[in-house]
Formats: sequence, C-alpha cells, structure tokens
Amino acid sequence: MSSAEKGTWLYLIVNALTYVAYLAIVLGRSGTTPLVEVDYVPVMLGAIGAAVGLTIVGRIAIEIAGPRETHRPDVRDREIDHFGEYVGGVTLAVGMVLPFGLTLAEFDHFWIGNAIYLVFSTYAFIGSAIKLVAYRRGI
Amino acid sequence: MGKPTKVTNEIRRLRFEHGEMTQADLAQRIGVTRQTIIAIEQGRYSPSLEMAFEIAEAFDVALIDVFKFASSEGANA
Repeated sequence: MSSAEKGTWLYLIVNALTYVAYLAIVLGRSGTTPLVEVDYVPVMLGAIGAAVGLTIVGRIAIEIAGPRETHRPDVRDREIDHFGEYVGGVTLAVGMVLPFGLTLAEFDHFWIGNAIYLVFSTYAFIGSAIKLVAYRRGI
Repeated sequence: MGKPTKVTNEIRRLRFEHGEMTQADLAQRIGVTRQTIIAIEQGRYSPSLEMAFEIAEAFDVALIDVFKFASSEGANA
C-alpha cells in the first residue's frame, strides 16, 4: 500500500471516528433537555481540532513507519486524488443546499452548524471512500 | 469505475526476461511507486503515453512490444 493510500485510509477513519464521537457526546448530553439547548460548540470545535491533530500525527507516523516507500505521490496517486476530490466536491456542493435552506428558513444555529458539519463529514467520507475504491479497482 | 482497462501489457514477462527485474526496480527507474507498477500489470491502471514510453525504454524495446490495445489485437493479427 502506498503512502498516499495509507494517508487516505487515515483521513477517512479519523474523520468518521471524530464525527461519531461528536454525535455520541452531544446526544449523550441532551438527556432530558432539548437537543438545541446542548452546548455543542466546544464539542464540535474539539472534534474538528482532534480530527486535524490526529490526521497530522497519523501522517507523520505513516512517514516514519515506512521509510523505504516512495513517500512522494506519483502520477497515479494524483489522478486518484483529483477523482476523489471531484466526486467529494460534488457531494459538498449538493449537500450545502441543506444548511443554506435551514438558514433561509431561520432555523436555530444548532441545526445550521450541525448540518454544515454533517455535510463536511460526508464530503470527507465519500471523497476518501471513492479514492480507496479507485486504488483497489482502478478509476 | 472499476472497469478493466483495454490496454494489455507484457510487463510481467519482460521483467522476468530482464534478469527477473523486480516491480520495485522498475518503479524506481520510471519514478513511480511499486503500487502503480502492480496496478498497470494487473490492468487496473492505464499509464500515460509518457510513462508507457519510459517503461518501454526501461526494457529497451518498442512501445508495441509492451502495450497492446485489446480491440486492435484482431485487426493486427
């Protein structure tokens, strides 16, 4: 497995885990209080920060663990990356209709913020998944 | 997506005919990862024209001796 493919796995797993952890914490805190009254902002910022930090640390670990590999992405890695980003980008563009609609309908910030986070997480997941399928089965 | 490429190749055979050259050796010669060589050999990735020429050059053979386009095989026979 190339360094770029390992990095894609890392990005997918870290983003999925941090998003699921965020949901678990927010839903866990709601209890008897209404969901929109949960103080979700620190949890969301913590989840995003953790995702960035874990991705950086994981990426460094991948580079250290596989010193013999070609770490620099080659032409195939770049083509797969462009393909995944294109499909992910379409997901992002379509998905952003949701928070846009919620904003126009003047929903609570809780729903708008969570819709944006959901769409970004979906974009990261689909883009990474598409890349991994392309690595295994070709573009 | 996932459809096998129509470009077939003789890289595996040529590697063995050239002193059992490893995939890693060939990858290093043309400046790609070993995974890319594996993907080309297995027909999961069609290299660019430039990379195809580099592969042919690594074996010191003509491009047509390395790569063939599936739909043209009958026409060339």
